[in-house]
Amino acid sequence: MTTETTTERPERSVPKPQFTDAEAGAREFPDSGASARRYNYYKPAKRKQTHYEDVTVDVQPDPRHYLSQGWIYGFANGDAGYPLHWTKLKAWGVDLPEPERGPGTGGGGKDLEWPAHGWHEFRDPNEEWELTFYRYNANVVRQVNQNIENAKQAKAFDQWTPNWINFVERNVGAWMHIEHILGLYVFAACNRSGPTNMHNTAMAVNSMHKIRFAQDLALYNLTLSEEIESFDGAAHVEAWNSDAEWQGVRKVTEALTAVDDDWGESIFATNVVFEPLLGELFRSNLVQQCAAANGDFVTPTVMGAGEYDYAQRDLRWTQACFGPLTSDREFADHNKALMQGWLSHWVPQCLDAARTLQPLWSQPDQKPPRFEDALDRAKNRFAGILSDLGLDAPEELKQ
Amino acid sequence: MSRQSLAKAHQKIQELAWEPQYHEPYMKYGTDYTFRKASKKDPLKQVLRSYFPMQEEKDHRVYGASDGAIRGNMFRQVQERWLEWQKLFLSIIPLPEVSAARSMPMLFHVVPNPELHNGQAIQMIDEVRHSTIQQNLKRLYMNNYIDPAGFNNSLRNFHNDYCGTIGRQFAEGFITGDAITAASIYLTIVAETAFTNTLFVAMPAEAAANGDYLLPTVFHSVQSDESRHISNGYATLLMALSDEDNRQLLERDLRYAWWNNHRVVDAAIGTFIEYGTKDRRKDRESYAEMWRRWIYDDYYRSYLVPLEKYGLVIPHDLIEESWKQIWEKGYVHEVAQFFCTGWLANYWRMDGMTDTDFEWFEYKYPGWYDKYGAWWENYNRLATPNGHNPIVFEPVDYVYPNRCWTCMVPCLVREDIVTAEVDGVHRTYCHEVCRWTDVEAFRPTYMGRETPNMGRLVGKREWETLYHGWNWADVVADMGYVRDDGKTMTAQPHLNLDPKKMWTLDHLRRCPPLQSPNVLFNEMTDEQRTAFVEDYRRQGPAGRPAPASA
Repeated sequence: MTTETTTERPERSVPKPQFTDAEAGAREFPDSGASARRYNYYKPAKRKQTHYEDVTVDVQPDPRHYLSQGWIYGFANGDAGYPLHWTKLKAWGVDLPEPERGPGTGGGGKDLEWPAHGWHEFRDPNEEWELTFYRYNANVVRQVNQNIENAKQAKAFDQWTPNWINFVERNVGAWMHIEHILGLYVFAACNRSGPTNMHNTAMAVNSMHKIRFAQDLALYNLTLSEEIESFDGAAHVEAWNSDAEWQGVRKVTEALTAVDDDWGESIFATNVVFEPLLGELFRSNLVQQCAAANGDFVTPTVMGAGEYDYAQRDLRWTQACFGPLTSDREFADHNKALMQGWLSHWVPQCLDAARTLQPLWSQPDQKPPRFEDALDRAKNRFAGILSDLGLDAPEELKQ
Repeated sequence: MSRQSLAKAHQKIQELAWEPQYHEPYMKYGTDYTFRKASKKDPLKQVLRSYFPMQEEKDHRVYGASDGAIRGNMFRQVQERWLEWQKLFLSIIPLPEVSAARSMPMLFHVVPNPELHNGQAIQMIDEVRHSTIQQNLKRLYMNNYIDPAGFNNSLRNFHNDYCGTIGRQFAEGFITGDAITAASIYLTIVAETAFTNTLFVAMPAEAAANGDYLLPTVFHSVQSDESRHISNGYATLLMALSDEDNRQLLERDLRYAWWNNHRVVDAAIGTFIEYGTKDRRKDRESYAEMWRRWIYDDYYRSYLVPLEKYGLVIPHDLIEESWKQIWEKGYVHEVAQFFCTGWLANYWRMDGMTDTDFEWFEYKYPGWYDKYGAWWENYNRLATPNGHNPIVFEPVDYVYPNRCWTCMVPCLVREDIVTAEVDGVHRTYCHEVCRWTDVEAFRPTYMGRETPNMGRLVGKREWETLYHGWNWADVVADMGYVRDDGKTMTAQPHLNLDPKKMWTLDHLRRCPPLQSPNVLFNEMTDEQRTAFVEDYRRQGPAGRPAPASA
């Protein structure tokens, strides 16, 4: 015989689900249709609004669009919000006055055309937002780690000659500082300054690439210290601080952080001038070219991840940002003259720095292609970028 | 992942710290604080090698839940009362988030500690995440919730609406003026450390109780980043405290930041949690109870008070005053009533309160019904158009309030109104602390000390003044809060989607013109103004006119 006992559980106090039928399509009323289910406050760059545009466009307001009460906090000097004069570059429409707002004016945006100026036409061709940049960077760090782990398992570092160890500890090591400085003090620093959310988000993403790559190199350096007995994990600091070969590059890198209140010049000088003439010169035309011959198949995979960041992503947004300005319907000449001036200023500095790097080409046992050939390749690549931007290669490039 | 320990990896990346040799970085942003003595360690100890995969994993959970919500027909059990208020919240919040990202480089410039810059850079990335993930959540609501109006024109609404402007303090305040005031004290020490508890923890719990488990999914994921940002603020605060010259500025900034956060966040989140919910279980916490737990106990007593021993002057009086505003002076109830009084100036549907709601309010806030009950009964009576005007024009014992020039929430606790004449204009403030913020704190000198980097309060801070003399139909059309038939209003004072029950521009056309109380205040003679203020202070609660003098 069994006895059945039931213990009454006191009813817990929890919210009760209720059927509300509040899903799309449950009723018909004004705005219930499919056409009302899209963000309708901006015009997409192409026919259809992209996911990237939906999560990025117009989050940063512009008083020439909506923003009826204007910016509500200002700096002591009167600047507020995201002033368009934080670069000397100009996009069409920027000289038109902001709508006057005051007692009885209403919101002031009634008769405005949109976009009110050319800056709002910019879209990051990489379409970066949080989903994409975590996927991308997580993939990169996973792959880089796997490559390094595999090399450790395969005892790949045993093949390295003392000379190559010295090259990697000093020179590959020194490069991490450049990525770090540019990441933090150029790209992250400028993400407060751009005229639209699209610009500032692209700069923030660019900075992530740089900071991540700097850390990739630092942690790779740490692994090498652990795996190779004679590897000096602190040599990169000494090389960066004292080696004559690195002082030219360091000087330009620091100069890029010191650009006088112009985010446009900072980004242009870094991604259009510095990167092809010095970044790719070192990464692609030196390290990538001679590592394998020196028995190193790992360093190129770490370096290559950073190279891909620049060549395939950071350069793309940079071209999309600056290219249209050289054919701007109102300020093309102004912008071209400005950029040509920037080229005249930065190209000689970068070429001088490139030449101070030249002794590195002689350090490995197995030599890379000649420095002059490497520099020519870098110059050709640079000239191609300028041509794509609608700019002329400056005289200084002939140095 | 690498087997290298996090501590070792973090120590290694400190070798990246940069001491300029040839050029100092351009210092775009300034501060009146000095950092001559202390350095602090990076409290985050985060390296990107582990950070990116960790965040990706968090994303997987968020987007998996989003898919699940749609497949599981979550919107069949979402309370419309709740989701309508999200049209306001989710139009505001992506800008403060991305502004927090933009504010981080301001700290690079003024905090001379390269080790802390690592944590600030991670915070920058987090904040871009928050902004875009929240825009995406709103997009999902727009696509799947019964009424997309208000979500679909969200950012236009936000940029034009007075509630949006109030919310924008929580964005522009992070990125403007003295870099430490903005990006450290206002953003990380007060907004993130104190008030994200109600924003990102208490509010999502209420969302879940209203059938919406996506908001908690997204915002708890966001909050797991916020806890790291709190460490950034703490490290900077300790650095600032070690220099005695900073203490006067810290006292000023804590007072401003605390009070402004209280005025703004308690107004908005208090309203969402108390008036946007259908969960009226008596044992669920009220906003006041949540505030006491999350802000008073967790922040004030556990975080702020212990800093007193380092020399920080804590605004004890303002914390007690904020509590008094919430508990005794009905701040949240006054704000919710004001939102609903002016429903026609907004872009979401505001549900009225029922007997069940009344009972809950009376239980949680004894005496509530006597103060607010009659007005809410009138709100329900006047909810659908039936020959009358919207409630703001009807005789329901409510005096439309003046705007506070500083926090831009109206002067709702009537007895607290103060005024000042600034640059030839008579301004009204909701409280003495808001007057102090404008007239004393945001100035180039503070208590006799030069503060050249302090920001300024600018802009057209009284929304009503922009539309003074306008017909209400034109106001609403100008702001763009109209549905796709060209006449039905986006906002409604009820949840009934029957087009016959919905207000249109035609109904507004016959209403009296909008009158800005602040314009009228400036048109008065000094004697009239004095009498007006005396009368104002005798008004309320619930916006009632002052009793007739004996």
